[in-house]
Amino acid sequence: MNGFLARASRHVGFEIGAVLLLLLVGTALASLFWTPHPIDALNMRAKLMPSSAAYPLGTDHLGRDVLSRIMVGAQTSITVGLIAVAIGLTIGVALGAWAAARGGWVDEALSRTSDLIFAFPAVLIAILITSVLGASAQNAILAIAIFNIPVFARVTRGAALAMWSRDFIRAATAMGQGPLGITLRHVLPNIASVLIVQATIQFAVAILAEAGLSYLGLGAQPPVPSWGRMLRDAQTYIFQAPELAVWPGLAIALAVLGLNMLGDGLRDLLDPRLRLLRVG
Amino acid sequence: MDSLSRRHLFGAAGMMMGALATLSVPGTEALAQGPAKDRLVIGMSLEPPVLDPTKNAAAAIREVTTPSIFEALGRIDRTGAVGPGLAESWNVSEDGKEYVFKIRQGVKFHDGETLDASVVKFTLDRLFAPDSTNPAKSLYTDIEKVEVVDPSTVKVTLKSPNSFLLYSLSLGDAGIMHPKSAPTNDKNPIGTGPFMFKERKEGDSITLVKSPTYRDPGSIKLNTVIFKIVKDPSAQVSALLAGDVDAFPGFQAPELVERLTKDPRFVVIVGTTEGEVILATNNVKKPFDNPKVRQAMAHAINREELISAESGFGVPIGSHFAPHNKAYVDLTKTYPFDLAKAKALLAEAGYPNGFEASLKLPPVGYAQRAGEVLANQLGKIGIKLAITQLQWPQWLSEAFKERNYDLTIVAHTEANDLDRYARDGYYWGYNSPEFKAKWREVVAATDFAKRDQILKEAQQIIARDAVNGYLFQLAKIGVWKKDLVGLWENAPTPQLDLTGVYWK
Repeated sequence: MNGFLARASRHVGFEIGAVLLLLLVGTALASLFWTPHPIDALNMRAKLMPSSAAYPLGTDHLGRDVLSRIMVGAQTSITVGLIAVAIGLTIGVALGAWAAARGGWVDEALSRTSDLIFAFPAVLIAILITSVLGASAQNAILAIAIFNIPVFARVTRGAALAMWSRDFIRAATAMGQGPLGITLRHVLPNIASVLIVQATIQFAVAILAEAGLSYLGLGAQPPVPSWGRMLRDAQTYIFQAPELAVWPGLAIALAVLGLNMLGDGLRDLLDPRLRLLRVG
Repeated sequence: MDSLSRRHLFGAAGMMMGALATLSVPGTEALAQGPAKDRLVIGMSLEPPVLDPTKNAAAAIREVTTPSIFEALGRIDRTGAVGPGLAESWNVSEDGKEYVFKIRQGVKFHDGETLDASVVKFTLDRLFAPDSTNPAKSLYTDIEKVEVVDPSTVKVTLKSPNSFLLYSLSLGDAGIMHPKSAPTNDKNPIGTGPFMFKERKEGDSITLVKSPTYRDPGSIKLNTVIFKIVKDPSAQVSALLAGDVDAFPGFQAPELVERLTKDPRFVVIVGTTEGEVILATNNVKKPFDNPKVRQAMAHAINREELISAESGFGVPIGSHFAPHNKAYVDLTKTYPFDLAKAKALLAEAGYPNGFEASLKLPPVGYAQRAGEVLANQLGKIGIKLAITQLQWPQWLSEAFKERNYDLTIVAHTEANDLDRYARDGYYWGYNSPEFKAKWREVVAATDFAKRDQILKEAQQIIARDAVNGYLFQLAKIGVWKKDLVGLWENAPTPQLDLTGVYWK
């Protein structure tokens, strides 16, 4: 582990990514206990105010503090991203590992199904799901989770197949261990690093997708703050208060950038050879 | 859907502008302003689904076609009053049950057909026929029969007196159509108006040109009118600034008005509409079936804050009636803003800690803004609203048709739409024998001064019952180039009268 930290301290991209992620998580955690102003306190006399000591990032069209809403928006992004990726990871890894272990028609069927889902743009599927089921944060999570499943299934299958041809697994088979036991005891621990890297990257994709859905009015519903929705609200005030669009835009960009850099960094640090396996 | 047009009314301004118009030497101005002095590009936010106002309720159809293409027996002027249209004059019998219309002579349709009493009878018969699909059919069901007296006279007999009949016969829904062209009017509208349909580019624009068959061609100054559809509010501003659009009579984004008022090329005219923005409430659903709950909500609504969220555009209302109407009575103080009173009423109703409810919002700016503000205001008395944003088709089916909603916010943009409170099965679920009786009095009143008095009482009944949350009257924000004259300042009806419009 010391070796990892030593290498990490020399990897600039990883460090920047880690700092941005800490900032994101720290902001979200802090907002659970404290925000400069209550997030839904309207103040019509102080709407569209520029930055000031009382309102560091100014106020929005209903006189609400933008900083407080950005902070709570981080919560929304993390919650939606984390749950969606967790669902996608659990189901995707299970399916991918099953396909690799079982082979044959199971593998064929799962691979073709994931090809089919890949053929549609992910955001389009998400829009479809949220319009059919109704707009809400839960349905946004569901939609994002669904297009995460084939990503994880495919990565897991590829990495697991490579494992299954290794000698120590053949030895385990020869010793009479079943496919489930081998998958849990040998395959998954050995491909964990690939999955961690992929999960980090998918987390970034999920945050972007949540922002996109909220921008279209299909994600988190008001008055819950969401960066995408803040961007949408700011759009019509672009002539009067352009900075209103800058802050949520910047927050989305930094969060996504941070997670991508972290993911790339992790990939380099955990196993440089894994570079070739990246999907999505 | 009939009363709920998806947007505010069009219409627009100009008397003041006409008075202020400076005189100039004709020749020099034409040189300075370039060639486009008989061409007008009007921006619209919503596209008409078809072009026949007798087939579909969308307000956008009336803006394009009435009275430019289709004219009715009466004509609604810029104050909302009814004057002669295709009927030169009319007589109403003492008991209010017989209307005799004198039809204007020498009127030709765009395809050369002639207007006579039989054409009028054809149009009117279609309105109230049992198989009528007219979106405003209920306005005409008091008609018993229509008779041709002679080629220029039509007699309409009613089952019972209806004081709104003349107004109803002046709407686009009663536009006079020829039996020959009626079936194809949705795609290729042919009427008697000053402009005729030239072409439509779906999703982009509709072009009208001056009609050579119009009875008074000299009065029409414009040769070409193009309705350009621009949905996004920011794009509407860009279109104006770039000169792609000359006028937006019904500008949808109050927050962007400031940008335009600073520009010396444009005038911004703030007028009134018939659009009452209400917090529509499902009166048959618990806990909203309890009048105390609705009254508590009325006490918790802060209209000043709501109007401020509209960038200050809008007039507070306390009932379902437009403040510019002469029968209007100010009822905003029926349940004044008072949180303590609101909480007390909620406690009396059995909800001392409030309750949870859903608020379904259609995709329009005013509803989105008012929705967030109201969720906050009602939150202060413990009513927690979960907001859901819907698209129009979803809103129409879930909230309006299936009545599967607690609360929603929408503008009711038609004139005289108090009758909705007397309808059975309307989406609010309001059922008051007292109001129904009052409304029958309104409809049957033959004396207009007396009718106004009864209308005031009708407003009071629904305000007292707090049927819906009454928020504010939408403003009509008109933006156009400063040398354009004659557009209506107010929108008493969703029509766009271009007969008096010209470039100075």
